[in-house]
Order: sequence, then C-alpha cells, then structure tokens
Amino acid sequence: MSTAVTTEEEVHEHHHKETFITKYIFSQDHKMIAKQYLITGLFMGIIGIAMSLLFRVQLAWPEQSFKIFEVFLGKWAPEGVMDPNVYLALVTIHGTIMVFFVLTAGLSGTFSNLLIPLQIGARDMASGLLNMIAYWLFFLSSVLMIASLFVEAGPAAAGWTIYPPLSALPQAQPGSGLGMTLWLVSMAIFVASSLLGSLNYIVTVINLRTKGMSFSRLPLTIWAFFITAIIGVVSFPVLLSAALLLIMDRSFGTSFFLSDIFIQGEVLHYQGGSPVLYEHLFWFLGHPEVYIVLLPALGITSEVIATNARKPIFGYRAMVASILAIAFLSTIVWGHHMFISGMNPFLGSVFTFTTLLIAIPSAVKAFNYITTLWKGNLQLNPAMLFSIALVSTFISGGLTGIILGDSTLDINVHDTYFVVAHFHLVMGISALYGLFAGVYHWFPKMFKRMMNKNLGYIHFWITAVGAYGVFFPMHFIGMAGLPRRYYTNTAFPYFDDIADINIVISIFAFIAGAAQIIFLYNFIHSIYYGKETTQNPWKSTTLEWTAPIEHMHGNWDGEIPHVYRWAYDYSKPGKKDDYVPQTVPLEKGEEELQH
Amino acid sequence: MTILLIFTILILISISMWQISKMFELSQTNVNTTEIADDKDNDYQGKLMFAFLVFIYLLTLFSFYQWGDVLLPKAASDHGDLYDSLMWSTFAVIFFVQTITQALLHYFAYKYRGEKNKKAFFLADNDRLEAIWTIIPMIVLAGLILFGLYTWTDIMTVEENEDAMIVELYAQQYNWKARYAGNDGVLGDANVRFLNDFDGKNLVGIDATDPNGLDDVVVQELHLPVGREIIFKMRSQDVLHSAYMPHFRAQMNCVPGMITEFAFTPIMTTEQMRQTPEMIAKVKKINKIRAKNSEELVLKGEEPLEPYIFDYILLCNKICGASHYNMQMKIIVETEDKFKKWMSNQQTFAQFIQ
Repeated sequence: MSTAVTTEEEVHEHHHKETFITKYIFSQDHKMIAKQYLITGLFMGIIGIAMSLLFRVQLAWPEQSFKIFEVFLGKWAPEGVMDPNVYLALVTIHGTIMVFFVLTAGLSGTFSNLLIPLQIGARDMASGLLNMIAYWLFFLSSVLMIASLFVEAGPAAAGWTIYPPLSALPQAQPGSGLGMTLWLVSMAIFVASSLLGSLNYIVTVINLRTKGMSFSRLPLTIWAFFITAIIGVVSFPVLLSAALLLIMDRSFGTSFFLSDIFIQGEVLHYQGGSPVLYEHLFWFLGHPEVYIVLLPALGITSEVIATNARKPIFGYRAMVASILAIAFLSTIVWGHHMFISGMNPFLGSVFTFTTLLIAIPSAVKAFNYITTLWKGNLQLNPAMLFSIALVSTFISGGLTGIILGDSTLDINVHDTYFVVAHFHLVMGISALYGLFAGVYHWFPKMFKRMMNKNLGYIHFWITAVGAYGVFFPMHFIGMAGLPRRYYTNTAFPYFDDIADINIVISIFAFIAGAAQIIFLYNFIHSIYYGKETTQNPWKSTTLEWTAPIEHMHGNWDGEIPHVYRWAYDYSKPGKKDDYVPQTVPLEKGEEELQH
Repeated sequence: MTILLIFTILILISISMWQISKMFELSQTNVNTTEIADDKDNDYQGKLMFAFLVFIYLLTLFSFYQWGDVLLPKAASDHGDLYDSLMWSTFAVIFFVQTITQALLHYFAYKYRGEKNKKAFFLADNDRLEAIWTIIPMIVLAGLILFGLYTWTDIMTVEENEDAMIVELYAQQYNWKARYAGNDGVLGDANVRFLNDFDGKNLVGIDATDPNGLDDVVVQELHLPVGREIIFKMRSQDVLHSAYMPHFRAQMNCVPGMITEFAFTPIMTTEQMRQTPEMIAKVKKINKIRAKNSEELVLKGEEPLEPYIFDYILLCNKICGASHYNMQMKIIVETEDKFKKWMSNQQTFAQFIQ
C-alpha cells in the first residue's frame, strides 16, 4: 500500500508540470484516461450502430436501390444497390467494433480506469505510464480499424470470427486482402493494449487497496473488473497467437489452418493444417470475451441497483462466488461454438455439460438482483432504469442460451438468426445498458456536472422498447431456419413469409438508433452546461464520492480515507441516514452485517 | 445532387433531434428541479416499468399469434421427433422462468418505487433462499442435460448397417454437389489435386486410379430414398461451408482437408410433405405474398415471380463469401423405386469423363 501514497510534495510537483499535452492528451491520470476511453468508445459506437442501420435497410428491403447506400458506400453500392461483399464487410466490422472497441475497451476501459483507484482508495493506477500506453495502443488500433474501411478492395468481410480459409485467401473474397491484414494488425495491437490494461487493474486491486479495504469489503464493481482483467490476461494472448498464426499462413506460406485447397482453378500448396484448430484458438478467447464484456456491466449494475434501491445488494458473497464461478466456467465452454464443426461428438457432450452449468451462477445473480429490489425504496434514476432493464435482457437472452448450449438443439439453430437474437440480448444489449447505467451514474464524478434526467428517461424508454422490438421477433426468423450473414433471403422463396418480420425489426432498429442522438446530445451538452453536482449526489457509500468534486492528481486532498465497513450499508437499522459511507467507523457494539 | 440532398436530410434530421432535445431541456429550466429522481419521477417511472412488463407480454403474444407458424417446420427425419420434443420441453422451461422472473422484476420496480420518507428493508443475506434458487436450477438443468446428452448420442452415433447408403456432399463457392457410391457401395478416393484432370470434368476430384471411384455418380440435385439411413460424408474444396437441412434437423460443417459426417433417415417423401396441412397453408401464404409482389413487378414492366412449390432445401450456413446467401441445393425424397429409376439414368464417373 505504501507505494500508492504519494506524498504531498509530489502531488504538488505534478500539478506544476502539467501542460495541455500532459493533461489532456498524454495524461497518466486514471480519471482522464477513463474519459479518453469513454469518448473513443462512444465514437466507435456511433460507427458500429450506423453500420447496423445500413444493413438493416438492406435486410428489410432487399436488393432495392437506396440513395443512402450511394452516399455512404459510394462505388460499393452501384446505383444504390448494396454489393453482397459490402454487406458482409458491414456485419463483420459492426461485430468487431461493437464487441471489442465499444463493449470491451469502451466499457471496461472506462469504468475500470475510473473506479478501481477511486473505489479502493488509491492515488492512481499502479503504473500510470502503462495505463497511458494501453490507451494509446487502443487508439492506434481504432485508427487502423477505421483505416481498413477505406482500403481499395474493402475491409475484412469474413465475419467477426474471421474463420480461415475464407479470411486467409484473398482469392476467396476481396475483403481478405489488405483489409484483413489491417484487421489482424489492429486486433494484435488491441490485444496488447488490453493486456497492459488488465495487468494494471490486477496489480492495482491487489496492491493498492487503502487501509481497511479487505477483499471482502470490495464493492462488486471492483470484483467484476478484477475478475474480468484476470479472464482477459488468461484468454487474450490465445487470440493473439491465433492472429499471428493466421498472419503467417497468409503472408509466409505456412499451413497452420489450411489444407487441400482448390480455388479459382488452381491447387494451393497448403498441406496438413486445419481450420478447426483456428476455431479452437479463436473461441478460447471468443467465449471468455462475452464475459469480459458482460461482467463489468453486471458489476456496474450491482452498484447502481444497491445504491438506488437504498438496500444492500442481496447475497454479497453469493454474488462474488457467482462471478468467480462464471469466470472459471467461461474458460472451459468454448467448444459450444463448435458442436457441428466436425470435432468429435464426444467433446460436444462435455461442452454441453460445462456450458449448461453456467446457467446456475447466472440464475443466482438474476434472482439476487430481483430480491435486492424487493422491499426497497427505489430511486428510479435513468441509471437505475438501465440497470433493471439489464437484468431483464440478461434473463431473456440468457434463457435462450439453454437451447444453444445444448449440442442437440444447436444442430438446427446453429448460425441462424436465433443465435443473433440470443447474443445481442444477453451480451450486446445487456452490456450496452451497463455502459449507459455507468455513464448516467458516474457522469458527475467524471465531468463534475449532472446529466439531464428527463432526457435520460426518454432515451431509456425508446431504447428499451426498441431493443426488445428488434431482438424478440428475431428469434422467430431463426427458428424458421434462416441462416445469419445472408445478404438477402429472397434466393429462397421458402422464406418469403418472414419478409414482414424483417421490416418490423428494421423499423424498431431505426427508432432505437435515432434515440441514441438524444443520449449524445445529453452527454455533450451536460459536459458544458449540466447542473453542477454535489459531492455525493446519489447518497452512495463507496469511496469515490468522498473524493473532492474538483479532479486532482492523487484523488484525495491529504490522507487517503480509511475503510471501516463493507460497501452496502444502505438503510441499516438504527441509523439516522439511509446510507453509511465506508469511511464511517463502526459504532461501539455495531456489527458489520456482512458475514 | 441527390447524394447531397440525402446528406442534407440526414444532417437535418440529426439537428432536429438535437434541437428537440434542447427545446425539451430548456422548457424545464424554469422549474426548480434537480437531476436526481424525486417522488414524482419515481411514481411515474415505476408505473412505466409496470407498463413495460405488459409490453413484453404483449409483444410475446403478438409474435406468436402473428408469426407462430414459421417456427420449427415439421420434421422429416427419424430423429426429428426426438429433437422436437427436447426443443419444446426446453421451451416450456424457458417460458415458465421468463414469465415469472420478468413479472417479479418489473412488478417490484413498480411496487417499491421510492418515496421520500420511506426506508428500505435491510436484508443482506438469506442462506436458505439462496440455496433454494441454486438447487432448483441445478435439478432442472440436470434433467435437461441428461435428456440432451441422450439425444445427442442418439443422433451423432453413426451405425454403419447394410441398408445404409453413403452420400458425399461436396461444397464449393457457391454450389453443392452430391456423390453417390455407385453399385459397389464404396466412394472412391478423392482429393482436390485431381480437380483439373480430364479438362475439368472431374467435378469433385475423384482419384481415377481407384477402381472404387469409377462407378461413382456426381449430381447437382440430391435425391434420397425414403426410409433408408443416409450417411453423409462432407467435403469442401475451398473455404468452410455448412450443410444445413432444417427439415431434417441436420447440420454439419464442410471443412477443407477433412471429411465430416452426419447421418439421418428421411421418413417423409417430398410429395407427402407437400400434402401436410401445415405445408399447404404455408405454401398458400407464400404464394399470396408472391402474387402481391408480382403485381408490383409487372407494373414496373418486369417478369412476375413464379408460384412457389415446396421442396426440401440444403442451405449453406457458414459464411463463405459474396454469394453465400444463394448457395443451395434442392433435396428430393422419393420412394425406393423412383430413386432407383432416377439413379439408373445417371452417368457414372467413368462414363462422364469419356
């Protein structure tokens, strides 16, 4: 702990040296880096969502001419009709951006950086320099990913999972040329950034907790960020290795993933590799990745629900245990993406078993959230609404996981729109709600002002209705047997009767997409003109609200506060206020009601 | 010019959304509110939460009423019924849990909406409750896992019996071919190296030196005899594909450099399937839609759409490139006699390369 306590003089010294560049650009202050992550993430989010709206137009009114395509896609939409290759590129980049750039870096990067030091009582991250490098590597990988959109032959278009040989052979599709190279390089840099960030989070949580902040007193946000960082460190390097091997296959003639290929009239030299190997490597990251996305959102929700319900989170120990269980199980279930990949069916049985086990800790979490609401005194702020909605989509999306995790049932719904509906609800929308909840809740901490609550309400309700309107009907298309990543379903008259479902989905998508402009307005406007905040607007118990409103290096003026109790003393019997901050010592004879 | 216009319109829409937000915000400033939910907000939002529960239920009911007929088509393979019963029993569990938990979640959000002078009930832990909702999901899941594993083993265990017919499914960007083993019942060796032999007439790369391959038959349309087990061997020549036959509850990836396998017994001929009431209704519905679309096409001076007749389909279900969406093959299930007659009209590999 001693390393964290920067002396007064040092704090002072830092203050003098600050220039515009060290304060706003190459900042090593975790609060500024958090803002950088958030704003970069939101920017990438706008691109990702805009892409989805474009291909929703195509899916609802296939093969029709739209001027809007010409505007955004130029030569890739001759006479306003979208090219099939571009459709695939759009879904690929949409997936990549949303999963990695928005919901991994934008969500986890923002709130891990903002909250870990503030909630555990540390002056800053263990290494401010590494933290800064992590952000700038993320920025660089974002730039490369955006740059790949402007490549002559188009960006990567093999799906966000980029299975070889499709992703390995430029002959197979135009996007597998320079676009794919940029994708791979961008992701390699992204992995480096993510690893630096994660290592920093882990070290900070282990070493820099303030006096009294034992692991059993950590807020659930910190638990979630901490475990997420560990999953990241375990699984992201495997993606890096897969990307490197793929780069070698593409550029240096190796045969890790390729064998016996005949394309465009010639036999290629590859011998003895297997695409199934790539699938194993990819999903060894790919599956934990959904928890890397989801756990921070659940952590944020735990904090927001407890604060706004004015009640302790129900079953703190069970919540921690289920985070640990989910994290452990997440590393041994990757095979459920590969039931019909040609791997041994016996493996399918094993992965079915481990996969369905995840339902147990997930169920515990859902029930505990519901019980936390029971007999609460709910303060329905926008952040709280998003958190409740997160629990709702987490349940709706999680339940269909029981179907997809079952190898038998997966046979017929694998890679159909049923899968798209499932993962968008359970990890896409849920994590996005977590991001929104976090922004509404900690905006005062980040920007010293409040966001407008009524705009927040409008944003919430349109988004909530839109999200269900998009993804609920999508299950029906999937159960009907329509594969995902189809440019249009008009090639099969058999699917003519689902055309109207696609139109309904697209209309909901446009409405929900437009609602995000309200959020952007509220966000940007409130940074400059929002109402000024008080120090602890939500009457929260955690440490970040004991820090002064005005940001400073080292977070606290003077000594770091000590912690005497757990983070959830809300509405404790015998107390005058309905919350007791962690910094308030236990009274004589008072028990710390946390077993 | 139109491009400029569209750009302008999009920008104008964004600006107007922005301005509406701004107007909305400005209209509030005269009231002395905070940005923290007060009793009025809690009351209002709590009621909306309850309304949202009603919305979720209505959306569910509406979807089933309107689109329930597209769900899971009638199964046409021997393991189809087993698959479907597992699917619907899982669905029953899911619906039960979904209905109850969403109700509790949103009802609590409505019922316990905050009031200034109320205090929440302090409840940090209850071991018994938590044990209950750990153990109940465990029991339910154990049941589903056992049922699932039983069906999985049943479907994936390929028993080679005398009656079974071996068919190769061959995938390439962007079409399917099927290869039958011929009279000897054995598929000849094959490799993509042989694809350029015989001026490209070696469609699936059969090794001409392997005598087993000479009587193999390569076709573009998959014919299957009803009631006989079919063992599919899947191959791909270029990228990953996936052979997806939704009516038979069958799917397996086609992987370059490796042979994958899936087996089922078709139990309904194409003709029988066309006569089922579900299918008659579906085809009628589709043709109504097509007739309507045709009217529009004719007005534009284009050809009208052909009326739809049902056939089993094989779709590609693994992203494979630009025409992935149109990589399909017709499947015809027919009686053993008709199948034999059809087969006798096909050229063998030896005849074809002559």
